[in-house]
Amino acid sequence: MPYTKRRRLVSSAVAVALGATALAACGSSSDDEAQSGPVSLTYWTWAPGMDKVVDLWNKGPGKKEQITVTVKKQASGDTLVTKILTAHKAGKAPDLVQAEYQALPTLVSNDALADISGEVGDAKEKFADGVWQQTTLGTDAVYAVPQDIGPMMFYYREDLFKKYGLKVPATWDEFAETARALKKKAPDTDLTTFSANDSGLFAGLAQQAGAKWWTTSGDKWKVGINDAATQKVAEFWGDLVKEGAIDDQPMYTPAWNKALNTGKQIAWVSAVWAPGTLTTAAPDTKGKWAMAPLPQWSDGENRTGSWGGSSTAVTTDSEHKDAAAKFAAWLNTDGDALSALAKESGIYPASTSAQLSGAFTSPPEYFSNQPDFYRKAAEIAETTAPSAWGPNVNVAYTTFKDAFGAAAKNKSDFTAALDTMQEETVADLEKQGFEVAQ
Amino acid sequence: MKSASRRRSYGVEGAPYAHPSPTTALKGALRAPYFFLVPAVVLFLLFFALPIGYAVWLSFRKVKVSGLGLGSGARTEVWAGLENYTDALSDSELLDGALRVLGYGCIVVPVMLGLALLFALMLDSEKVRLAPFTRLAIFLPYAVPGVVAALLWGFLYLPDVSPFYFVLEKLGLPQPDLLDGGPLYLALSNIAVWGGTGFNMIVIYTALQAVPAEVYEAAKLDGATPLQIALKIKIPMVAPSLVLTFFFSIIATLQVFSEPTTLKPLTNSVSTTWSPLMKVYQDAFGKGDIHAAAAQATLIALATLVLSFGFLRAANRRNRQDARQGAAR
Repeated sequence: MPYTKRRRLVSSAVAVALGATALAACGSSSDDEAQSGPVSLTYWTWAPGMDKVVDLWNKGPGKKEQITVTVKKQASGDTLVTKILTAHKAGKAPDLVQAEYQALPTLVSNDALADISGEVGDAKEKFADGVWQQTTLGTDAVYAVPQDIGPMMFYYREDLFKKYGLKVPATWDEFAETARALKKKAPDTDLTTFSANDSGLFAGLAQQAGAKWWTTSGDKWKVGINDAATQKVAEFWGDLVKEGAIDDQPMYTPAWNKALNTGKQIAWVSAVWAPGTLTTAAPDTKGKWAMAPLPQWSDGENRTGSWGGSSTAVTTDSEHKDAAAKFAAWLNTDGDALSALAKESGIYPASTSAQLSGAFTSPPEYFSNQPDFYRKAAEIAETTAPSAWGPNVNVAYTTFKDAFGAAAKNKSDFTAALDTMQEETVADLEKQGFEVAQ
Repeated sequence: MKSASRRRSYGVEGAPYAHPSPTTALKGALRAPYFFLVPAVVLFLLFFALPIGYAVWLSFRKVKVSGLGLGSGARTEVWAGLENYTDALSDSELLDGALRVLGYGCIVVPVMLGLALLFALMLDSEKVRLAPFTRLAIFLPYAVPGVVAALLWGFLYLPDVSPFYFVLEKLGLPQPDLLDGGPLYLALSNIAVWGGTGFNMIVIYTALQAVPAEVYEAAKLDGATPLQIALKIKIPMVAPSLVLTFFFSIIATLQVFSEPTTLKPLTNSVSTTWSPLMKVYQDAFGKGDIHAAAAQATLIALATLVLSFGFLRAANRRNRQDARQGAAR
């Protein structure tokens, strides 16, 4: 305690001299004091309603262990990664952060995430192997606890498929045939669109085809963005766009919403979270959609990719890593926490036992016509192909948007765009000083 | 107090150093302005010079990764010399972005300033009715934030949701795709012109109001028509305001960011690196390479400085020449 006392004296002296700057110093010194007593943690997350879930912790197990968690609502995805890295540079990252799986290597490579294998190691059995492996990056360390996943599925307008006499495609070949058949019957209507503004969709499709974009061998990274599997996917969509069988305009625009809402586009390759998006994008077509497994590359195969999904990680800047890890494990494995997460934040849990628990016995409201929605979803989630993320996913994703956006616009070769993506990603790794295997 | 009284005596006698002054008082008088400058200088250093200096410092550094780059200590910041600058200058995307912005500026600046001048002259003419209302109506778009304006126009450009396209379709007229190819430049320029004309008009209009009425009276007595007054008197008299608005417009054009960024999600035609500033943003926050971004930002700042001050200089020189010629005549 004498150390703390002295530090307090110093910091209050500084407070007089420097005013605002010293407020921070005072704050951190009281944190030190807390080491033996109550602990307070900050949690950056974008999940809606997370404060209510955290309240459960603060009033229940958190109260017993004297660990209080405060939620600070953030913007989602890439913007948060940048924000975490900037805060980490200043040594002021929060104790806990929400991070998408593909962002974990970037964060770990910047030394922003702590290894919490000691505290959460035994949570492993609660998750599918493919999901857990994303948080270890293939090492012995554990950098995060999985929270939600986004297994991909095929969504289609059941009524319009009947009207146009279409069959739900089981393979990608059938998918292409369906698109062409629809164009013949209703030239103004598209089966779907190839959108270049969300790289996660393409990454998930490539993952389903068996692509491994980043792998390691020894001390070197290997980039396989233009591997055979991804080339197959790029060629497939490129041909559909070129012959005009599907639309080439981006998703999430007012025009796209209208197309879904008026039946101008009658299917969407998406993930388990699609009901939420459809509720706002196409409110008039509620109850007219149905969900099926993703089309396969060959008969009898049963695989899907994932699009989205995130985890809870503890930062290296946290002064209470044990306490933070304890909370992360509770949040993503405890039954009460998971049903609250499902109810308040509308997430699809990574924890396998939770996928069929209370909150998921009835279908989402938008899909009330498909009572077994979540049972089917759990079956599909089990078939998720392993993913392989690297330390510069952000670069690959950005290049995707520009290269494929231009290719879709010009109806030009998609594999050339894929090569651009590969080259830029490798060039960036080499520029940063990573060793890249050829 | 001493220095103040001494000063007053200077004023009264009209010849400051006519009689010997005690050097101590003079020293105090010399020190006073610096004292008053301190707040401004401190603010300038803290919030202007320091961040710029830090950005320049960052632009000479880079991150070096060892091994797989996982875990602690895998990343170190090292000296990069001019590497980031040579990368930026040899990056075709940055140059292409500059060319795109040049094309955009060639539409925006003449159209916007032409309209602003026209509106100002019309509002300043004697026969205008409802002048205050019209002035406000033209100025109002300037009060709409750039992002909001871009969103608003973006919705109007999208064929599936735009009321314009609805009307065109009903009338059986051709429906151009405004978010692609050449028309994209018009679409982007339109947003800037819509938002910026009002502001520039007010600047020019204010200058017109400052022209003394006798000048017009003399011209009218000489039999000048309103058009002649506008062309031969008003425009030359407000030339300094035109130079000023041109100067602002060049800078605003070089810094175009929010309009293309807001339109980007609506179309495949706007890339994430459409304008140089978008490239800087993308490198800093998309790719996480703040060092490359800092180098590009420095280059853009230099280019802006050279272009805008180059223009000011040229304009001043011409003004002086004109004045000399006028005197000779």
